[in-house]
Amino acid sequence: MSTLPSDKPFALELRGIDKRFGAVHANRDIDLQVPPGTIHGIIGENGAGKSTLMNIIYGFYTADAGEILIGGKVQKLANSKEAISHGIGMVHQHFMLVDNFTVLENVILGAENGALLKHSLHDARTELERLAKDYQLDVPLDALIEDLPVGLQQRVEILKALYRGAKILILDEPTGVLTPQETDHLFHIFDALREQGVTILLITHKLREILAATNNVSIMRQGAMVAHRKTAETNKEELAELMVGRKVRLKVDKVKAKPAQVVLSTQDLTYTDDMGVDRLKKVNMDIKAGEVVGIAGVSGNGQSQLINALAGLLTPTSGSITIGDTCISAEHPSSPDGVRQLSVGHVPEDRLDMGLIKAFTAEESAILGHQNQPQYNGLVMNKPKAITQECVRLMKEWDVRPQDPKLRSSLFSGGNQQKLIIAREVEKNPDVLLIGQPTRGVDIGAIEFIHKRIIELRDQGQGILLVSVELDEIMALSDRIIVMFDGHIVGEVSADKANEKILGMMMANIMPDELSESDAGQTTNGGQS
Amino acid sequence: MNDSKIPAWVNIIGLPLVNIFFAFAFSAIIFVAVDVNPLEAAVVMVKGALGYQEGVGYTLYYATNFIFTGLAVAVAFSAGLFNIGGEGQAYLGGLGVGLACLGLDHALPFWALLPITMVASMAFGALWALIPAYLQAYRGSHIVITTIMFNFIASALMVYLMVNVLKLDGQMAPVSRVFEQSAVMPMFHEIAGWFGFSFSESPMNLSFFIALACCVLVWILLWRTRWGYAIRAMGSSPTAAEYGGINHKKLVIIVMLISGALSGMLGLNEVQGYGQQLKLDFVAGYGFTGIAVCLIGRNHPVGIILASLLFGILYQGGAELAFDFPNIDREMIQVVQALVVLFSGALALMLVKPTERIFVLWDRKKKSLGKAQAEA
Repeated sequence: MSTLPSDKPFALELRGIDKRFGAVHANRDIDLQVPPGTIHGIIGENGAGKSTLMNIIYGFYTADAGEILIGGKVQKLANSKEAISHGIGMVHQHFMLVDNFTVLENVILGAENGALLKHSLHDARTELERLAKDYQLDVPLDALIEDLPVGLQQRVEILKALYRGAKILILDEPTGVLTPQETDHLFHIFDALREQGVTILLITHKLREILAATNNVSIMRQGAMVAHRKTAETNKEELAELMVGRKVRLKVDKVKAKPAQVVLSTQDLTYTDDMGVDRLKKVNMDIKAGEVVGIAGVSGNGQSQLINALAGLLTPTSGSITIGDTCISAEHPSSPDGVRQLSVGHVPEDRLDMGLIKAFTAEESAILGHQNQPQYNGLVMNKPKAITQECVRLMKEWDVRPQDPKLRSSLFSGGNQQKLIIAREVEKNPDVLLIGQPTRGVDIGAIEFIHKRIIELRDQGQGILLVSVELDEIMALSDRIIVMFDGHIVGEVSADKANEKILGMMMANIMPDELSESDAGQTTNGGQS
Repeated sequence: MNDSKIPAWVNIIGLPLVNIFFAFAFSAIIFVAVDVNPLEAAVVMVKGALGYQEGVGYTLYYATNFIFTGLAVAVAFSAGLFNIGGEGQAYLGGLGVGLACLGLDHALPFWALLPITMVASMAFGALWALIPAYLQAYRGSHIVITTIMFNFIASALMVYLMVNVLKLDGQMAPVSRVFEQSAVMPMFHEIAGWFGFSFSESPMNLSFFIALACCVLVWILLWRTRWGYAIRAMGSSPTAAEYGGINHKKLVIIVMLISGALSGMLGLNEVQGYGQQLKLDFVAGYGFTGIAVCLIGRNHPVGIILASLLFGILYQGGAELAFDFPNIDREMIQVVQALVVLFSGALALMLVKPTERIFVLWDRKKKSLGKAQAEA
């Protein structure tokens, strides 16, 4: 770390922090120095120990060894209440807000002064108005949380921390749910906070954000701090190499796709959920053999419903889905099993809840969806040997580690779980492959591998639908990109024309000028809301 | 926090033992309060349950009931369904056995009758589970509520049938006629006789072995068949099960039918074996105790056999205890049983953390001792 003016103590300093969970050495002898009024990035692969370290700073865990200094003084943080009282605030990846409370009520929740709400609310309003002015954090104080877009909800979380006197703000993967534009806005807020003397710890796995927003960056690998860098003096390639421990190819090599016949299409596909909300509105799209179609959009704009409807998990309310020669509609519904028999593979977005069963062994998870196939079953009893063999084969083919078919599914790392699921779906050689969030929570090494295999599958002539919240991933893999907003398709861009700015505008339901003219023929614009 | 690797046996074997220990510790306090030496009482209890052949026979006769109802709860629970209607399903299962015996005991020899009474017990029990299952699967009524209500309906139905239909003419007691001796389950002392052994007379009968066979079958069903795969998948993760093409509604029905059938087989032991006639209230709480048995047995057939033995000992040993000590009455025995249920069932997870912590301390001590020895 660079030398600093000696008169000013570090806002936060860690010395020799060590933490074990049984056999897992989550944090090894970690040193970290964060000067006040800076934005400090912490980057590392999944399981590198970032979350453990942040939870130690926030008082959730106690370190086995080492000390934490706040403003130059050693502090014992036994719980998060003490951490808060020392000016540490945390914005979690998943917001901790009560949906049907107003912004104001959420902010004072747990920090009320006195039994009567009226005074607390009044005091809080004055204080929040001041904070909003100082930090450019405008939020309608009387709006209900459920009516606010996620970008604003995140600001409420930040306000909550500031209201409790946070001088050091920890943000855990804050941009996962934001559009590129909202992300930019968040970084402006960071700047305002920094100018007011707030210190920010930004935890992320996105290299781009580290480079765009931070002053300094610390890289973690396998529980240890491997390097500290000044952001201005580093670059993507170096950071990626430090994270993984070897050189990584960030770009996906691919030749131009050779799309053939249409293998799957939708005709005015509409889906209304149990609450009566239209999640899909007259969606028309198709997938051809030998191409990757990417679906971009801020999460929650119908992508999940689209992939689940195509996979047979949701029955269309109206319109239809055509797979090969079969037409699926409200009158002729199908099922996950039925769709599977039409040669469709599905890697679900939610790996842990849907893709596998955590309590099952790896080999049991490796046949999920195919458990009734004759090769695994006798007349009454199943064939444990055949099941084990299949799992071992998949594990070898896809480099799943540890190669232990009897190990419980939940004990594999995210990347290895994902490899096992993709292996299961791909090895049945389907005509259409639906892939949701293939690399969410997956380490860079595995991402590289999965991306390479997806392109190989495309070149073998499979039609692939890719849903991902990672724009980089969509742009790297797709041949065509469809952008969704509020359940309809905003438009379609071919991969060579797509960039972050264009996609970002479309994700906010604005059709960029340059597209609407040249691509007018291709664009399918659903009903505007 | 999970500070050390906890081996599986700590939770599978250690925890139930700790829970039972606490239940007995509290029971001891009650015994002391009524001037009974708890150690003496424990000796009487264990001797009464296991010390002589008749006691063992009674213990295993009780255990038979618990195996059936425990398995019933376990199968449903594996699919994530909480069937607490074992009481009513067992009641109806017994009715099925009774009707088959009353109708056919003159016509058929035992070995021809047995398959019929078995099918009757399963069919009646399953039927009683079918309605709550249908309501859960297709109407969204919660299975806990409906199965509880069906216990009461079963009770009322049986009172009506016994008093108005099955009671013998000219009798006050609401009981049916006693079955022909040819229809009754062979008792264990008779079976032992066939093989040239002698065993004291007790109500333990052939259905104990039927119960053990059911344990094997349930294990095969859950762990070695595609249907068991589906059942466990639905129990562990309904979303993943749906993704895997498992039809939730159908499976709810199938699982509840199996569960009800297992409960219903209690009738083989109670009606065709012990009672040898139809009467009121022969289920006597075995259905509810099955929930505790399943919890202590950790949802696994082997665990359920062990837990059933424990409850068998509690029932039989408790009866001896009430007989030997004037200060102890039947209600106090029920308190002891209730404490076991309370600690192993309702509070089963209360002691998880302390147990694990004690294990960790013990483990560390052992390791440091080992190190010291190695260094020396």
